[in-house]
Amino acid sequence: MLRSKDLLGIKELSLEEISLILDTAAGFKDILGRDIKKVPALRGKTTVNLFFEPSTRTRTSFEVAAKRLSTDVINFSVPTSSVVKGESLIDTALTVQALGADFIIIRHASSGVPHLLARHLHAAVINAGDGTNEHPTQALLDAFTIREKKGKIEGLEIAIIGDIMHSRVAKSNVYCLTALGAHIRLIGPPTLIPEHLKKTGISVFHNMEDGLKGADVLIMLRIQMERQGKGFFPSTEEYAKNWGLTPERLSLAKGDAIVMHPGPMNRGIEIVSEIADGPRSVILEQVTNGIAVRMSIMYLLSGVKR
Amino acid sequence: MHEGRFFYVFISSISRQPQIRGRNMSKELMSQQDLERALTRMAHEIIEKNKGISGLCLIGIQRGGVYLAQRLAAKIRDIEEKEIPVGSLDIALYRDDLHIRRQQPVVRRTEVPFEVNDLKIVLVDDVLFTGRSIRSAMDALMDIGRPAAIQLAVLIDRGHRELPIKADYVGKNIPTSMSEIVEVQMKEEGFEDRVILKKSDSGEEKGAA
Repeated sequence: MLRSKDLLGIKELSLEEISLILDTAAGFKDILGRDIKKVPALRGKTTVNLFFEPSTRTRTSFEVAAKRLSTDVINFSVPTSSVVKGESLIDTALTVQALGADFIIIRHASSGVPHLLARHLHAAVINAGDGTNEHPTQALLDAFTIREKKGKIEGLEIAIIGDIMHSRVAKSNVYCLTALGAHIRLIGPPTLIPEHLKKTGISVFHNMEDGLKGADVLIMLRIQMERQGKGFFPSTEEYAKNWGLTPERLSLAKGDAIVMHPGPMNRGIEIVSEIADGPRSVILEQVTNGIAVRMSIMYLLSGVKR
Repeated sequence: MHEGRFFYVFISSISRQPQIRGRNMSKELMSQQDLERALTRMAHEIIEKNKGISGLCLIGIQRGGVYLAQRLAAKIRDIEEKEIPVGSLDIALYRDDLHIRRQQPVVRRTEVPFEVNDLKIVLVDDVLFTGRSIRSAMDALMDIGRPAAIQLAVLIDRGHRELPIKADYVGKNIPTSMSEIVEVQMKEEGFEDRVILKKSDSGEEKGAA
């Protein structure tokens, strides 16, 4: 059983809760392989996607997950809503709840917004990415994919490569995978690795070649183009040269290492197409697993008594 | 065994059967040998009724039914010297009481590694009680494919049906009161094989199906 009505971050979950979400997702993945990819479990419930930041894959993944559980889905798109007329965040959320929402999936550019809304709403709030804080469902689907491919997570050497500082995916992954017993290597320029993540069980490398040696899993991060020219890295060309994943660099990792990317990819910058489309890549499986993991989370949250 | 239905515990006023007094009291309804014999007979009945096993498969309901389906399959294999396909079905997401249960059911795997279209399915469960689990299971099966027929095999039929559902193969009919719990214990779950009847404590929810 989950303890909270909301899924706000990996930090807020216990190891038992993480394991329950992953185990339950396996049952939901079975459904995705069928002709009829829908179950009646949450019939009559309503899901609202409340996205204050652009997103295609996460929003669509939640929409598919919600529909496969038989909930009705409303996509509340911000540019056409009252938000542009100056409505406050909490008013918007209360309005959405008054429309009958049972699940509110929220993405916002500011860290902590899901936590704020969760205190004001009785609907289940699911964090789909808040500022530079967390993106818990991405980390859970990554953990599910690693477990499926490697059979376990404990003891694995997992490298996370790129802009760790601004990446909520990286942070959720660090919390989730260390809780599950993996050893994490953060690889990137010193300007993009935050001090507070340098803890026990985590190694930091400022050289890609050193960091990749013997790794089991490589999680490439999207280079956040919007931060280009802000002094974190000189140019995309230089970034690609130092931190881009090429076949030569991949050959330093273990022979059966898998390559992951949360998407959207900048081909030719953080990852070359030859790898992205190659046999070691599990990038598209991550997308499919994302639906199963999000179904698992919504199902489990629906069972939380309040 | 499915996590049972707590709400029956509260409507136990009419009990036609002698009750078991006191806490932690339990009575053995079937021993390991009884269970073995009942399964052997059921395996023969399944083969007889279907005139062999061609076009036939077994699907067990998670969890107790899965072990029973595997045991029936082993017996059928011994008798017919042919393999019969076996699958497992999780019905948690098809239950009609998801919104009123005190404890959310655990979602387990549904593994049916063969096409069910036009197959005759023998659905296997441990305890037949209200019939609601079987209703859920039939809905779940229809989402997997369109079987030619569905038959039902249960180890224990304890009565108290709430839906028009009847088993084709029964290991043992056991009249019970609503307040009692039938628990099928199997070695696959670390017990000795046996079936016991328990008086329900309000906290206990096992075995009712």
